[in-house]
Amino acid sequence: MSTPGETAGETVESAREMLPDNSFLIQYPHVSRVVRSLFLTAFVAFGIGAFMGVLQALHRTGIARIVASSDYYTLLTLHGVLLVIVFTIFFLAGVFTWANTRSLDRPPVSKRFTWFWVVTMSVGSAMAGIAILAGLIPSIGMSADVLFTFYAPLQAHPLFYIGLAVFIIGTWLAGIDWFRQYLAWRGENTGERIPLQSFMVLTTMLMWFIATMGVAVEVVVFLIPWSLGIVPAPNPLLTRTLFWFFGHPVVYFWLMPAYLLWYTVLPKIAGGRLFSDPLARVVFVLFLLLSTPVGIHHQYVDPGIAEGFKFIAMTNTMFLLLPSLLTAFTVVASIEHGARQRGGTGYFGWLKALPWRDPAFTGMTLAGLMFAAGGFSGMINAGMNINYLVHNTIWVPGHFHLTVGTAVALTFMAASYWLVPRITGRELYSRPIGLFQVVLWFVGMVFMSAAMHRGGLAGIPRRTAEPQYPQVTFETVAGSVGSLRLQLAFGGVLLFVSALLFLVNVGLTAMNNEPARGLDSALPPALSGPEQSPTVLDNLKLWALIAVVLVILAYSLPLYSIVQGAGLYPPGQEATPAVLAPLLEVIA
Amino acid sequence: MHVHNYEKLWLGASLLLIVGFISTIVYGAAGAGVTMVNDEGGHVNPNNLGNTSGFDDPGVTKIGPSEYEVHVAALRFAFQPGTIEVPANSTVTFYVTSRDVIHGFQIVGTNANTMVIPGEVSKITVNFDEPGEYGIVCHEYCGAGHHSMAAELLVKEPSNFTMQTDTQTPTSGNGPTNATATPTGGESA
Ligand code: HEM
Ligand SMILES: [Cu+2]
Ligand SMILES: [Cu+2]
Repeated sequence: MSTPGETAGETVESAREMLPDNSFLIQYPHVSRVVRSLFLTAFVAFGIGAFMGVLQALHRTGIARIVASSDYYTLLTLHGVLLVIVFTIFFLAGVFTWANTRSLDRPPVSKRFTWFWVVTMSVGSAMAGIAILAGLIPSIGMSADVLFTFYAPLQAHPLFYIGLAVFIIGTWLAGIDWFRQYLAWRGENTGERIPLQSFMVLTTMLMWFIATMGVAVEVVVFLIPWSLGIVPAPNPLLTRTLFWFFGHPVVYFWLMPAYLLWYTVLPKIAGGRLFSDPLARVVFVLFLLLSTPVGIHHQYVDPGIAEGFKFIAMTNTMFLLLPSLLTAFTVVASIEHGARQRGGTGYFGWLKALPWRDPAFTGMTLAGLMFAAGGFSGMINAGMNINYLVHNTIWVPGHFHLTVGTAVALTFMAASYWLVPRITGRELYSRPIGLFQVVLWFVGMVFMSAAMHRGGLAGIPRRTAEPQYPQVTFETVAGSVGSLRLQLAFGGVLLFVSALLFLVNVGLTAMNNEPARGLDSALPPALSGPEQSPTVLDNLKLWALIAVVLVILAYSLPLYSIVQGAGLYPPGQEATPAVLAPLLEVIA
Repeated sequence: MHVHNYEKLWLGASLLLIVGFISTIVYGAAGAGVTMVNDEGGHVNPNNLGNTSGFDDPGVTKIGPSEYEVHVAALRFAFQPGTIEVPANSTVTFYVTSRDVIHGFQIVGTNANTMVIPGEVSKITVNFDEPGEYGIVCHEYCGAGHHSMAAELLVKEPSNFTMQTDTQTPTSGNGPTNATATPTGGESA
């Protein structure tokens, strides 16, 4: 991306003149600019995060340790926060802004309000980022080496928690913006079905409002006052549970924009149409209902939580497989339809008719394929008893590099090849590089993730700078630990190269003077349209209400018993105003 | 609402799969007697472990003919005790808690695996049928020295086993050891 602002250079103007009137950029130049600036932040975070990733891969495996092992955790915090908070959420905010505007066919209500949330999210991220990076320079006396889960009583500098809170408020404002845009549309279109993309944006944001309640309470009520020394350390099991209240649904917050792209953009790139609009709506409603009351599945091996609560979370989790299984069906059916439209025939012969040379298509399809594998390893995690074998081993990062690290991240990269030309008006710099890049990501991930899964079965822990201990021998099922290490590091290097190629390709696209082609074709409607589905599906208030009730059912008893157990502030912890001390001294 | 026949088939198969999964786990929990970490361990004051029975002197206690209790305190960056010895053919119940931040406790090569949370006590019961040597790792990030936090568990031939009654001094995770433990597939509950 050249600049987030409108570059009014001569070449740009002349290139723009060649764009069709109905292209997104010409219709919504301002919204395009917002999306560009969100993507810019996302890509910067992605680049730094990927660099941390390859450093970790080389460090853990003992191949190259360029930082001290005690600093490994600063890098890991940065990797987690930049990739799963900044990269994913900024990118999806861009996708949602584009999708809501495109499908409602009207811009957000107020330009100022839109920029206000963009700035809020950016300021929050910058605050958290500064607090983390300061950990590398001891003389500053500020650090946030708490990883992206920030379990108390490990403590970060207040700036980290405040930055998180500001960031989350920014995402709420974004959601409010998209709802206002929708209500404005509703005013002019009474009685019409909500356009599909907008429906997906709105249901996802309802889920997000509910999910972030947990982390908002954790950060604002407990962690910020504690880090400022105003209250004692909170009950660690309570803050951990509040974190996972948010920590599971956030997974679907990353995934829903990928689904939006698979449902609405991928069929078009494949040359066809979405199979079923009603089913797509059902899937998003199911995610709204089921995403949150499952967080306790991250706490299967936590003490202080009764087995029954864990069991309920597990049952809900298993039902959460349903919308993903339905998605697999619809996406494959839509692609097949596309292939047949392009002249494909036969049982499997149609596969040959697909546009495999298009990086957007191949990238998204490979991402979907990896998601199937990730879903499989996820089902294993979700089984309560099997979880005992793999909990907190490197198996777990092996799993989520398939899901968020590929199903989501690779879909975002692939979609960028299609979307960036639409919001810049510039032709993709190189399709061959794009194609090579998405395939390289897939191959790199096969190596890294497979090695992680196998290492996890041998018991090698995650989040560990040097998983080599004098007391411990890790027994692998097949192959040596040494060869697993090599595979992990090799995969990590391939992934990093792929990330660089992506950034270079997108960067050169943003500076490309060739006008983008093919912008005049609209996204086609689904084969079975929304009129086939009951209107109750569009009753967002009803679904939001049911979702809240389910959350209350799933969480009120566990939270109550956790607080009954060790209290809100367990005994023995004094409030120590570490940060405020100098200030208080001055006042006193 | 119009639902394609293939979609109905797929939906049915998906539901079947999900119910299948749940039943396997119900069977695992109820039938095969797999026990979970739960809230049975109770609560402690992490700053007062010195006066808490069991944790005032972490280590192995014999409570029955072939039943043992092991109290383990985790702290940055070691387990107390750093070496645990129990005889084979025994049932061992571990009580694990933390003096400071959240830690993890995993006996590598078994499914004895729990989070260690200050204020809460994790209770896990394991059967050791065969002699063997196991590594124990902290698997939750607990600070800059997290990667050095480990301990060892020696399951002895019953004839070679003698209860150590003296107070064991905490060994640092980095402490010297000659163990090249090879888990011998000891059964765990
Ligand atoms: C260049 C590509 C990447 C490489 C080489 C890489 C490598 C790694 C490695 C080796 C770990 C394990 C560290 C440990 O547990 O000690 C890790 C953790 C993680 N990665 Fe990546 N990764 C990459 C891309 C991504 C992407 C795209 C995402 C998500 C969008 C992601 C999300 C995470 C998260 C959430 C963790 C866990 C952090 C924690 O435990 O606190 N990674 N990564
Ligand atoms: Cu989860
Ligand atoms: Cu640790």
